[in-house]
Amino acid sequence: MAKFRKKGGKATPAISTASLPDIVFMLLFFFMVSTTMKEVDLKVKIQVPEATELAKLEKKSLVTYIYVGLPTKKYQGMYGTEPRVQLNDAFATVSDIQSYIAQERDAMKESDRPKMTTSIKADFDCPMGIITEIKQALRKAQALKINYSARKKAEY
Amino acid sequence: MGKREIPEVNAGSMADIAFLLLIFFLVTTTMSTDTGLARRLPPPVPDEIEDTPPIKDRNVFTVLLNSKNQLLVKGKPMRVEELKDAAKKFILNPDRDAKLPEFKQVEVENFRICEISKGVISLQNDNGTQYQAYLMVQNELQRAYTEVRNEFARKEWGKDYEELDSDEQKIVRTIFPQRISEAEPKNIGK
Repeated sequence: MAKFRKKGGKATPAISTASLPDIVFMLLFFFMVSTTMKEVDLKVKIQVPEATELAKLEKKSLVTYIYVGLPTKKYQGMYGTEPRVQLNDAFATVSDIQSYIAQERDAMKESDRPKMTTSIKADFDCPMGIITEIKQALRKAQALKINYSARKKAEY
Repeated sequence: MGKREIPEVNAGSMADIAFLLLIFFLVTTTMSTDTGLARRLPPPVPDEIEDTPPIKDRNVFTVLLNSKNQLLVKGKPMRVEELKDAAKKFILNPDRDAKLPEFKQVEVENFRICEISKGVISLQNDNGTQYQAYLMVQNELQRAYTEVRNEFARKEWGKDYEELDSDEQKIVRTIFPQRISEAEPKNIGK
């Protein structure tokens, strides 16, 4: 009987949290690397349609976006409830597309210009009328490579 | 002097800072790379050319899509689910049916003489067509071409079209060109 319990006992030692930052930093680096910042504030509501035959948009710098959809609640008073076109950060009309494309093309490197792709991000419920107008404008602007933005659809 | 114990550094606040950054990146992140259906628009037509050369009726696969998202394929109503197989049959014309497109003998570069279909898919939609429906039709047509190309590539080289090298892909593309022409849409009514 050599061992005796001390009276009062010891408080449980603090759990070391030193490894917690390590784990969090690991997650942090993962997100930092995989992150792409949102380029524009969407002022139109877009739920892209679904499709199965998808191609990836590889180089971000070669892609120009055109957003089409109903204005969000905040802007409905000013811009109505018909589908609208958004270029960069502002609402626009179809007639602005040509100058927008020209401007985007000028900002590109000479060698990249033929590879320019225009991605049309449109809401699935849009009528085709506005899309067709955009397509005609793009044809006139010689921006012939386009991409209809879509999500992966589950197999059917 | 006796041995002094080094006090443990309290790392608790480090976790806080890291969490703050982590949450910031979590919120600003968009994970998915953008995907979509790639298409090429036809170049603008100069005004002087008014007549396009006539195409025989059997060589055209007309797909009409109205404002109620209903399909009319070669004059017959059809469901979207059936479109892919119909388009495949049109592209391949396996029995050399007189109603389906003609073929011409062409010598393909770095390959042998092949029969290439003269068929063209013509797609026309209404201004009131829903975008989703239009994209579905485009998707099905693309799917038909992908399957045809894959079947051919598998027969010739034993692998899918995507896995072929660029020369071989070019051969497949020459034999099965993706010819989808889009007519100007009509405004038949909402």
